[in-house]
Amino acid sequence: MSQQIVPLKTYVLVFVSLIGLTLLTTAVAFVDLGAFNTVAALVIAFCKMLLVILFFMHLRHSGGLVRIVLLAGFFWLALLIGLTMSDYRTRTWTPAPDAWSITAPPTHP
Amino acid sequence: MADTHAEHTGLAHQFEDLAQQHDADTLGIWIFLVTEIMFFGGMFAAYAIFRWLYFAAFEGGSHILDIRLGAINTIVLLASSLTMALSVRSAQTGIRHSLVLFLVLTMILGGAFLGVKAYEYHQKFVEHIVPSLDWAPAGEVLVRLAPGGLDHAQLYFFFYFAMTGLHALHMIIGMGLLLWLVLRARKGSFTPHYFAPVEVVGLYWHFVDIVWIFLFPLLYLIGGRY
Repeated sequence: MSQQIVPLKTYVLVFVSLIGLTLLTTAVAFVDLGAFNTVAALVIAFCKMLLVILFFMHLRHSGGLVRIVLLAGFFWLALLIGLTMSDYRTRTWTPAPDAWSITAPPTHP
Repeated sequence: MADTHAEHTGLAHQFEDLAQQHDADTLGIWIFLVTEIMFFGGMFAAYAIFRWLYFAAFEGGSHILDIRLGAINTIVLLASSLTMALSVRSAQTGIRHSLVLFLVLTMILGGAFLGVKAYEYHQKFVEHIVPSLDWAPAGEVLVRLAPGGLDHAQLYFFFYFAMTGLHALHMIIGMGLLLWLVLRARKGSFTPHYFAPVEVVGLYWHFVDIVWIFLFPLLYLIGGRY
């Protein structure tokens, strides 16, 4: 049984860090960083998620099976968002081919 | 086997011992949470596509949301995750009154989150920016939304209500589960050897918190407020 009892201090420290990151991400939203506003917001959210998963959800003390299940979940989420976005963002890269031309029939040697 | 089963409370007959049952319980909820990742993931993927396609409209929509209420609600929800983690810790250490106390605190914080959310929904009706039901933006809101196109702004608010609504539904289910835990904890059903239900509901609660950790920046923060 993963019966590790985490010290109270750890939980409180994690909570304080989460609040700090929340205030930071809110403050950054008011600074013009161009495209990096989105990047910063998502990176901070990712850090907060890691803190919650590792400490509050005890992933630090969980077995390999739980870690594999979670990694598989994130892997499929990355496929879902990555492949869908790469489809939408590359649709305009090459122009659609012209319709079949009826004036120039294929010539055979 | 039969008499070792009788020694423990809470051991289902298909498991060898409580340790095995605990591992199976936590693995089960993690697998469920992965399906939830995919469930919410579909909405996040759709949001990513449409935010990219109709960037100006989505930025305008984000700008209208009250960033202070969003930040306050984030802190409230993070605090409820702390009290939830402390509930599990109280169950592990076998202190029944603090288990009940922290579970009730988690419920109160969850209720506070839903209250703020309800107020925000109410504000959307006041500003007439509820898609389909009450869509007639005017005044300052209209000025903010017009550049990106009103139809596309309406799409943003569809996403806003669908994503926060689905999240709120998970919170309401979580509150029901917490109430069930409080009733069981008061009866003394949980011991340092058997507290899997507390841990499992805790994992679910933290997951719902994580969904909000991403909803807050995506819906409220990246709205060009500078």
